[in-house]
Amino acid sequence: MAGLPLFSILNEDGSCEEAYRGLLTDEEVRQALDAMILNRILDRRLLMLQRQGRLAFWMTSRGEEATILGSAASLLPDDPIFLSYRELGCLLWRRIPLPLIFNQLIGNSRDLCLGRQMPVHYCYKEWAIPSVSSPVGTQLPHACGFGYAAKMRGTGQVALAFCGEGTASEGDFHTALNFAGVFATPTIFVIRNNGYAISTPESSQTAAESLAIRAEGYGMPGFQVDGNDLLAVAKVLGEAVARARSGGGPTLVEAMTYRMGPHSTADDPSAYRSDDEAAEWNRLDPYERLKSHGIWRGVWSEEEEATTRATWDERVVSTLAECERHPPPRIESLFEGVLETVSPQLEAQRDAYLAAHRRRQQDEFEVP
Amino acid sequence: MAETGSLNMIQALGNALDHYLERDETAVVLGEDVGGFGGVFRVTAGLQEKYGSDRVFDTPLAEAGIVGMAIGMGLGGLRPIVEIQFADFIFPAFDQIVNELAKYRYRSGGQYAPRVMIRTPYGGGIRGGHYHSQSPEAYFAHTPGLRVVVPSGPYEAKGLLLGALECADPVIFLEPKRIYRAAKGEIPLDYYTLPLERAQLVRKGEDITLVAWGAMLHTCQEAVALAEGEGYDVELIDLQSIVPYDLHTLVRSVTKTGRMVVVHEAPMTCGFGAELVAAVQAEAFDHLRAPLLRITGFDTPFPYSLEDHYLPSAERILRGLVETIEY
Repeated sequence: MAGLPLFSILNEDGSCEEAYRGLLTDEEVRQALDAMILNRILDRRLLMLQRQGRLAFWMTSRGEEATILGSAASLLPDDPIFLSYRELGCLLWRRIPLPLIFNQLIGNSRDLCLGRQMPVHYCYKEWAIPSVSSPVGTQLPHACGFGYAAKMRGTGQVALAFCGEGTASEGDFHTALNFAGVFATPTIFVIRNNGYAISTPESSQTAAESLAIRAEGYGMPGFQVDGNDLLAVAKVLGEAVARARSGGGPTLVEAMTYRMGPHSTADDPSAYRSDDEAAEWNRLDPYERLKSHGIWRGVWSEEEEATTRATWDERVVSTLAECERHPPPRIESLFEGVLETVSPQLEAQRDAYLAAHRRRQQDEFEVP
Repeated sequence: MAETGSLNMIQALGNALDHYLERDETAVVLGEDVGGFGGVFRVTAGLQEKYGSDRVFDTPLAEAGIVGMAIGMGLGGLRPIVEIQFADFIFPAFDQIVNELAKYRYRSGGQYAPRVMIRTPYGGGIRGGHYHSQSPEAYFAHTPGLRVVVPSGPYEAKGLLLGALECADPVIFLEPKRIYRAAKGEIPLDYYTLPLERAQLVRKGEDITLVAWGAMLHTCQEAVALAEGEGYDVELIDLQSIVPYDLHTLVRSVTKTGRMVVVHEAPMTCGFGAELVAAVQAEAFDHLRAPLLRITGFDTPFPYSLEDHYLPSAERILRGLVETIEY
């Protein structure tokens, strides 16, 4: 298959060169496997929930977990990650509590963002996850600006931004990389090249041999990496992070991976790609490859996998049920936080609406 | 007594930025040509020399990049002050402004609220044709999450700019470039702020309320003088803050005069005058003695050769005032 991995570390049997063993600690390998298992349970269950009409929307990330988790694993906890939208794994790597994730998806009263954005538009400041927006690529210049701020304030932080290969066609991609190059900001851009922007294949996005080669035009190093090999991702990202933190500026990484599932719950990939293609990528499944590695290293086993899966299965079901019981946000919250204080115009709209709402409620309870 | 100086609007704005950069070490000025050159209108002249090129710097030529980067800087704890060279060039950054900057506080449930100020020269009367003359206030006024502020003279420019810089909200600060170098004003050289969202009662009058902002305020002042010659007593209000706007001052005035004319340079349809007319009639309907009138630019792109016909003139405003009073 064209464009397949250039830089890999994991052999088919899960082994690797001794020099690469130290890229991740035993505990990190276990943490990544644990997160991958949870990621897949969520993918399956939330897709189901959407089909049942209990969730507005879901975006799967099966097949791309190594790119996502390998990137997250290369950062420190207060390095901001500017998500595209498909990077649930980053939330899991940073151990954001499950209820906080479900509360966002449901948009209930306990959602930190007060139910203001549709599912997967995460934002968790405490875990250095800025807010996700739907128009793609807008977060890339933000990561450049955050990097500038980190550099100027001497915080030592590195900003990482994800995008898909489709997003690399956006103007914001170009300006962000150009600015990051000019200002040598500690920013890392990771393209998850998963083959398709909804239904549009990679070949319709660019005539270039790769996206990574664009890096040269922006005056930064660029790498293509096997995005289904967590160790390879960790290696490339680890070097990029070290370079950024020591003042070496930005890096562009193109991770070659594959979106095993649909783009979102509104998509049907059977309409635009063959089963054979997916089957071929299945052989490179990032979980299976890391699992073999874990077993080869002696830090993982079939039993451990079974226990982990059962534990998460149970916790996901019970946590979801609990989160579904929380009511929607207060109606008043609709009017708050547009500006720091409520404007007189909005205040008038709020008061009129709430008064009418209360009258309606009273009418409902009145005995005729 | 505090020291004062005779400054035009450009000098007043530069003086305000100087004060703010001095006061807030997280403040950073960025844009095209703002560094060594001091901006095409020279508002930022001398600032890079004084505060260094980390804090006052030129960017690559890309408005979306400038605003997008500023948002990230805000998320990272800086206080970016952006200059967009002309308001007409702000549209490449429109998505970053209306979809990102304006919504960040709301969509994050208040977890993040990047404080980004965007200054930009706007408006006609300088023979600049379409692309150096537009008045885009209504586009931004229509987007929840932004403040839109327009000063009308050096004193207002400095006080409102510092007021806006102290404010936690994103601000689109539209500078009426036609009057950048017009008459100087005697203004305090010390730090002072003017409150946002308050209209300024420029002149009291009994017969009619006239509302404008930016350079149009000065054309209105000419019209007021002409009207006075014809025996009409006009109350003149400088709106200053487009969003949020001071409806209270307008309603109080119209309750007294029973009549209102709104003047702006932007096209009439969906211009900000439409909002003011709708809001005032809803609040002061029982006091009205004539239909509320808008005198504005036309629903055409801003013209070059015929801009004097396009822009509301003192004569056109006078005619509107007289027609409304004699209705």
